[in-house]
Amino acid sequence: MNILKGLTGLGFAMALSAGTALAGELVINSDQSDPAPKKAMEELIAGFEAANPGIKVKWNNFDHEGYKAAIRNFLTADPPDVAAWYAGNRMAPFVKAGLFEPVDDVWAANGFNDQLKSAATSMTIDGKKWGVPYTYYQWGIYYNKEAYKKAGAEAPKTWAEFVSNCEKFKAAGIDCLTTGTKALWPAAGIFDYLNLRVNGYDFHMDLANGKIPWTDDRVRAVFAEWAKIQPYTTANHAAIDWQDAAALLSQGKAANYVMGNFAVATFRDGGMTNDTLGFMVFPEITPGVPRAEDAPTDTFHIPSGAKNKEDARKFLAYLGSPDAQTRMNATLGQLPTNNTSSVGDDPFLRQGFEMLSTAYALAQFFDRDAPADMAKAGMEGFQEFMVKPENLDKILARLEKTRQKVHAQ
Amino acid sequence: MATHRSSRWSQRRLAPWLFLAPGALLFLLYVIIPIGQSVWISFYDWDGLGAATWIGLRNYADLLDDDSFYTSLRNNVWWLVLYLLAIPAGLAIALFLNQTVTGIRLYKSLFFFPFVISQVVVGLIFSWFYAPDFGLLPRILGFLTGTETAILADERYATFGIIAAGLWPQIAYCMILYLTGLNNINPEQVEAARMDNARGFAMLWHIVLPQLRPATFIALVVTVIGALRSFDLVSIMTAGGPYGSTRVLSYFMYEQSLSEYGTAMGYGAAIAVVLFAIMLVFISLFITRMLMQERNA
Amino acid sequence: MFPRPIQKSPPWLQLSYKALLPVALVIWLLPLIGIAVTSVRPSSDLAAGNYFGWPSRFAGVENYASVFQNSNIGWYILNSFKVTIPTVIGAVGLSCLTGFALAVYKFRLNLAVFFMFVAGNFVPFQILAIPVRELTLRLGLYDTITGLVLFHAAFQTGFCTLFMRNFIKALPFALIESARVEGVSEWKIFRHIVLPLMRPAIAALSVLIFTFVWNDYFWATIMAQSADVRPVTAGMNELKGQWKVAWELITAASIVAALPPVAMFFLMQKHFIAGLTLGATKG
Repeated sequence: MNILKGLTGLGFAMALSAGTALAGELVINSDQSDPAPKKAMEELIAGFEAANPGIKVKWNNFDHEGYKAAIRNFLTADPPDVAAWYAGNRMAPFVKAGLFEPVDDVWAANGFNDQLKSAATSMTIDGKKWGVPYTYYQWGIYYNKEAYKKAGAEAPKTWAEFVSNCEKFKAAGIDCLTTGTKALWPAAGIFDYLNLRVNGYDFHMDLANGKIPWTDDRVRAVFAEWAKIQPYTTANHAAIDWQDAAALLSQGKAANYVMGNFAVATFRDGGMTNDTLGFMVFPEITPGVPRAEDAPTDTFHIPSGAKNKEDARKFLAYLGSPDAQTRMNATLGQLPTNNTSSVGDDPFLRQGFEMLSTAYALAQFFDRDAPADMAKAGMEGFQEFMVKPENLDKILARLEKTRQKVHAQ
Repeated sequence: MATHRSSRWSQRRLAPWLFLAPGALLFLLYVIIPIGQSVWISFYDWDGLGAATWIGLRNYADLLDDDSFYTSLRNNVWWLVLYLLAIPAGLAIALFLNQTVTGIRLYKSLFFFPFVISQVVVGLIFSWFYAPDFGLLPRILGFLTGTETAILADERYATFGIIAAGLWPQIAYCMILYLTGLNNINPEQVEAARMDNARGFAMLWHIVLPQLRPATFIALVVTVIGALRSFDLVSIMTAGGPYGSTRVLSYFMYEQSLSEYGTAMGYGAAIAVVLFAIMLVFISLFITRMLMQERNA
Repeated sequence: MFPRPIQKSPPWLQLSYKALLPVALVIWLLPLIGIAVTSVRPSSDLAAGNYFGWPSRFAGVENYASVFQNSNIGWYILNSFKVTIPTVIGAVGLSCLTGFALAVYKFRLNLAVFFMFVAGNFVPFQILAIPVRELTLRLGLYDTITGLVLFHAAFQTGFCTLFMRNFIKALPFALIESARVEGVSEWKIFRHIVLPLMRPAIAALSVLIFTFVWNDYFWATIMAQSADVRPVTAGMNELKGQWKVAWELITAASIVAALPPVAMFFLMQKHFIAGLTLGATKG
């Protein structure tokens, strides 16, 4: 009974999609389940349909978390015409398995090679471009100005000042640095920045891609810097989520937080204003290392099994265009990847745009730059280091073992 | 007449297979064959997307060289050993409740009902119970020892915190098994023993427990299986953290093959095979005992 | 009876036993009472650090209403029903047939088939996960209610068969013998003689399987992605991620999610316990 129902349902669905695909239907799968992204996506689709009469978009919106598993299945079983995903190493498994279509032609035909330049490296694998980016956001240090005042500390210009401030915060009973690593990834933000500032972008990417052993002395140097602030970090960080740590910053129980710009909304919900919340670029550590930043980029791709690739290309062209990106990011509260788009007048967005457009290079974030299993092992190692810095040798040996395993295959 | 008898006879030969076919085929398709397939997959390097490469025993060799595997294995042993406490604890509560006072039926139901709640909710309840700053337990511990501990974020305690959460419904389960068992013990034997002045623990050990053997056996089986199946609570309460210290084999497999950061199908299958092999020891014991019963029957 | 009935004890012991019962129950259910109280706290209590005191006012209505308004939990519960009910029908129905076959007929592979069901019932889910997911994908049933139902029904058939077979074995075999002598066909023997006697077993299994499948989390996690398929257990995990520190909502949602099997248990207690304790008294 159920089998029958399922099979008829399936047959019906297939007949339906096959029938309408001919009539200029474009199927898009994406994961904009939160309110703002959902609204931005609806506007984007409406804009695209208005600009391309005759194309009807069929949008399947997935839950954000579930999407990560779902995409692996629908790309092989029932590919849409366009699918949302992420830049960097995160798209590598799909590219390597031949599930994405190269779209260099879209880039060339629409001037994206100039306009989307900042994201070009992270969209390139084996010399080809595999999708079009549409939004990103900055990472950096968010801080509580009142906590600084209370501790009698000045916003630091250098890493040495940042570290020496920590003593002052400690005396005032304030956590110098807060974070919540229960979900692991916030720890990676701290590692990314320390590595980008100690060793620089190229080393960071080589490490993420398994070209450098984790037992390398330059990696140890990163953890040596980390050890300086480890004692001043919120003690029970492994027990709390990033939102809990955000509350600590809002309440003035913590001074600094290495975070992404999406947290600003949470800080504001916690009662912070543009007067009390500050943002700074992560300070320089090794002099002369060109400044690179974390800026995770969201993207759209054409699956190689797509039925309507022609209209899919039109969609990507529209998605990359300056107007579409300006409007979409105004709703998202994020930054457009197109450098001819305009940015909203939120002070944190402006600071972020300024910072990113003058950066030497942009990393995607550790769990997108490194292969998935390496990322997981790495983030666990970072969390363990933040709890038990004395385990460093053990942690690095373990990460090195993981690297050899991941890259032996 | 002869043809009639032979058609009856062949009907009776054929009938069991017709009755069995739908259930057995579905069970073969979804349970028995996948076991073989998992064993097969464990010899491959496969990310679930591209082509699979035969690598023989390398997944198993890698497992032996993987700290996470040993962590999981160690935690599984803890689960197994500590979960067995559910049996004496369940017996104790059953003995406590095995009276006929007013309202005792309701008490029995209320003591039992943690078992009915899903492990997801049990995990959430205990996460709240353990939560730093506002959880009940850190408060109590803080009051007793002066320091509040975030149980689930401390690698020394996290696994035990999860096991304690799992014991809650498991004790309830064992309790109900023993209550049913106690209901059916032979009152004459008990009375006779009382005449002989047996009481208290001696009575329990020599007269009552032997009669409760079937209940103990089932309690043992469900507790062992429950301990080795421990996935839900680990996933809900710690997701294997802090830094992987609360992993068990079932969660480790999920992490490696089916989660956001893991697509190593072959490796995950190898972990599942190891877990299956451990379980097989207990399954064989169970089957052997049932087989002996069948022979005696 | 063991232990000695409390009525035979001195009055002071009887009294203290009756006093001890509710105390023990409160301690036993402490975590549960804690979340029940939290679920009716106004969020301001939590913000102000009033975690353990008496709630400043009763906010149950608004918390529970906001759980339904701000999340898909209503859908998730509906999905759970959509998965659970067909599974119960499927597994119990199939196992009436398999249990009958294994209990009534003597054939060479009888015990082998029986133990296949028994053993399969105990395997860890992880050994099935990858192939079952692949199979479901290939059938085009990934992320559908039907895909989940098929697997659950198949898997639960193992336990149900064990149960049904032992139940039918305990029925008087003479009934079947005499029907055969009268020339009743095998199907009619099953349909009109054995099946009516199986009602208690069917009731017991239905409640049990309902609870098992309702509470499943692993398969809900790996086989369902979209909001219109995801059962409430997987949904709870998502809500936990979404609400993080809003414990008054998480606790309220937990109680909502736990309600159907709990109601089932209290309504059908006798059958439930009969099913669960099968074999605890004899053999």
